[in-house]
Amino acid sequence: MALLQISEPGESTAPHQHRLAVGIDLGTTNSLVATVRSGEAGTLANEQGEHLLPSVVRYVENAAPVIGRQAHEDAASDPHNTISSVKRFMGRGIEDVRGDAAGYEFIETESVPRIRTVAGDVSAVEVSSEILAALKQRAEQSLGDALEGVVITVPAYFDDAQRQATKDAAKLAGLNVLRLLNEPTAAAVAYGLDTGSEGVHAIYDLGGGTFDISILRLNRGVFEVLATAGDSALGGDDMDAAIADWIAEQAGVGLDNAYVHRRVIQEARRVKEALTDSERASIKVELHNSDVWEGELTKEGFDLLIDGLIKKTLIPCRRALRDAGVTVDEIMEVVMVGGSTRVPRVREKVEEFFTRPPLVDIDPDKVVAIGAALQADILAGNKPDDEMLLLDVSPLSLGIETMGGLVEKVIPRNTTIPVARAQEFTTFKDGQTAMAVHVLQGERELVDDCRSLARFELRGIPPMVAGAARILVTFQVDADGLLEVTAREQTSGTESSVQVKPSYGLEDSEIERMLRDNFEHAKDDVEARKLREQQVEADRVYEAISAALEEDGEALLNEDERTSINACLQAMKDARDSGAASDIKRAIDAADKATADFAARRMDASINKALSGHTLDEFKDG
Amino acid sequence: MQIDSTRNYFELFGLPVGFEVDVQSLTERYRDLQRSVHPDRFTNATDRERRLSMQQASLINEAYQSLKEPLKRARYLLELAGVGIDDGSNTVMDTTFLMQQMELRETLGEVAEQPEPLVALEDFAAEVESMINDLMSQLSSCFSDNSEQALNTAHGLSLQLQFLYRLREEAEEREEALL
Repeated sequence: MALLQISEPGESTAPHQHRLAVGIDLGTTNSLVATVRSGEAGTLANEQGEHLLPSVVRYVENAAPVIGRQAHEDAASDPHNTISSVKRFMGRGIEDVRGDAAGYEFIETESVPRIRTVAGDVSAVEVSSEILAALKQRAEQSLGDALEGVVITVPAYFDDAQRQATKDAAKLAGLNVLRLLNEPTAAAVAYGLDTGSEGVHAIYDLGGGTFDISILRLNRGVFEVLATAGDSALGGDDMDAAIADWIAEQAGVGLDNAYVHRRVIQEARRVKEALTDSERASIKVELHNSDVWEGELTKEGFDLLIDGLIKKTLIPCRRALRDAGVTVDEIMEVVMVGGSTRVPRVREKVEEFFTRPPLVDIDPDKVVAIGAALQADILAGNKPDDEMLLLDVSPLSLGIETMGGLVEKVIPRNTTIPVARAQEFTTFKDGQTAMAVHVLQGERELVDDCRSLARFELRGIPPMVAGAARILVTFQVDADGLLEVTAREQTSGTESSVQVKPSYGLEDSEIERMLRDNFEHAKDDVEARKLREQQVEADRVYEAISAALEEDGEALLNEDERTSINACLQAMKDARDSGAASDIKRAIDAADKATADFAARRMDASINKALSGHTLDEFKDG
Repeated sequence: MQIDSTRNYFELFGLPVGFEVDVQSLTERYRDLQRSVHPDRFTNATDRERRLSMQQASLINEAYQSLKEPLKRARYLLELAGVGIDDGSNTVMDTTFLMQQMELRETLGEVAEQPEPLVALEDFAAEVESMINDLMSQLSSCFSDNSEQALNTAHGLSLQLQFLYRLREEAEEREEALL
C-alpha cells in the first residue's frame, strides 16, 4: 500500500467539503493513525519519520506526560510511573487487573481502578486518552487542520465495558468518534478493497495483548462478518512473559522487583523478535545488584514455550468456524494481522489448522489503521457513492439475570448489529412494585461466570398478583456494539432505561470532571466549550437538514411543510450566530421536531427504492 | 416513528409469504436494504435520522435472521398464523419421539467410551442430520397444505426440530471437547 507524501500544513489539495477524518489503531503495544488523501490510504509519521507510536505513557512530576518511544525507553528506569500495555486494563475492575498488574500499584476506587504515579492516580481511560491525544496532534499537524471525526479500532472480542472505556478515552482526548470498528473487520477492509477478492475469509489477528479470529464474507462491497471469537487477554505480551519466566527460572531469580521485571521483559521481547529470523538468540540481562545473567534460547526452545499459547488461539478458531456455519475448506484465504503473527511458529500452526499458507503480504502492523482510515473516509461522507458496507456482529452473548442466579440470553453471540430484541418477564411476588434488572455479558449459564454490565431498577409497577405484570425488557445494540437496555411494564406503561454504563466504567460526571481538569482555567473554558459544542452541533444539523431538503424536499414535502422547516432552520441559524448554548440547543431540538415526519418519510422512501430495484430486475429476468 | 409493524418480514423484503424462500434472493435484498438504511449511511445526519436508521437496520437484521434459517422461518410463519404461541410448555410431545430422543442422548453420552470416539460422533451427527432433513421435508409439505390441521402438525414438527437442533449443538460441543 503506497504511503502518501505529507503535504505542507494549509496546502489543501482536497476538493471542497472534504472532511478530515482518520482511522486510529489503538494497540496494546503500538498505536497508529492513518488517513485517506487523494484516494490513497496511508499511515501518518511523526517528525522523525516513525509511524508506530509505542503505546507507552510515562508520568512525570509537574510536567506533561511523555508518550511513545521516549516513554518506552524510560520504562526500565522508571517502571512504576511508565504505563505500557494499558489496553489490557481498559474496562476492567480491580479484581481483573490484580492478577495482571505487571508491577503497577492499583488503587481501588468506587468506579474504575487507578494506577498510582508521581503525577497522581490515573485510570486506564486517562492513559489511553493521552495516547489518542498524541495521535490527534500528529494527524492535525501533518494534515494542517482540525479533525472532524475518527474511527477507532477495538478487538472484535472486546466486551461492552471495554468498548465503552475506549469511547470514553476518545471523548477525553477531544475526538469525535464516527464509529468503533472491530480490528479484524478493519483489516478485511484494507485487504479486501486492495485485492477485490470475493468469498469467505478468515482474519487471524494476534496483537500484543489481544487475539481475534473473524470469519467474514465479502460480496460486492459488503463485508458481512459471519462470526468472531477470541480472547481479549492473549497476545505477544504473553510470549514475552513466557520467555521472561524461563529466564528467571534459568537464572534462579524471582521477578518481584519491578526494575528487574521490566529489564527481563524487555530482553525477552528482544529475544522473541530476534528469533523471527534466527535459529538462536543470546540473552544478557542485568538482575539484582548488577549481577548479569547470560544465556541462550533456541528457536525450538522458544516454540516449546509458546505452543500452549498458540493452541489457545486455535480453540476460538474452531468455534468461529462453527458459529459461521462454514468448514475449513470453504475458507478462501487466511489473512494474518497483528505484530505477533510475525512469529514463525504462529504461521506454521495457523497454516496447519487452515490447511493453507496464510497471507502475510500486508504489513501486519499497519493494515488495521489503514482499514480504519478507509472506513472513516466513507463515514465522514467523502465518498457518497461508495457501495462499501460493513455488517458486523456482537461478539458475546447478552442476557439478563433470572431466578436462581441464572442468565437468560436475550441476544446470542455473533448476532449481526445493530440489533434490538425484547423479552418479557413477570413479577414473582404478589404486590411487587419494583423489579431489578441485571444485565450480563458472556457465554456461561451462571451469573457469577458472566461479566456484569449494569444493574438498574424498574419502579412504579402497579401492585398485582404474582405473574400478572408484563415487563418487556428491550436490548438495543448499536453499530458500535454498545448496548442500551429499556424496561417497560406493559399494562401501566411504567418505563425505565439505561444506556449501559458498565459496572467498571466511568460516570458521565467523571468524564466531565476530567475534561474540566484538562482545561487550566476551569469555569470560563467549560462555558466556552459548551457553546462551541452547540455551535458545531447546530452546523451539523443545519447541513444534514439542508442536504435532506435538497435531496427529497420537493418529492416528500408540501409547500407548507417546507416553509415551516425552513423557518426552523433560519431560527437555528440565528441562535447559532448570536445565542447562548442553551438557546442553540432549544433551536436544534425544535428543528429536530419539525423534521420528524420528514425523516420517517425519507427512511420509507429509501427502503422502497432499495426494493424497487429488485422487483424491476426480476421482472426483466422473468 | 415507530417501526412499521404492519409489514410482516416477507413484505419487508418484497417476497411472497411461504416456507419456500429463495435464500439467494433474500440475501441480495437484505444487502440492498442495509445499504440504504444502515447507520453507516447516516453518520452526518440528525440524531433523529440516526436513531431511525438504527431501528430500521435492527428490524431488517431481525427479519433476515428470521427468514434465512428454515426452523426460524417455520416458527415465524406459525406465529403469523397464530398457531402454538404458548410455545411448547403445555404441548404434549409425541411419546415415540421422546423415547427416541432419550436413546439418542444416551448414545451421545457414551460416545467418549467408544474405541473411535470421533468416528462414532461423526456417525451420530450424520444420523441426526438425516432426521433433521426428514422433518424439514415433512414441514415443507405441511406449509404447502396450509390447512389448520396441517399447521398444527407443523407446530409439532417445529418443536421436534428444535430438540434435534439442540442435540446437534451438543454433538458439536462434544466434538470440540474431544479435539
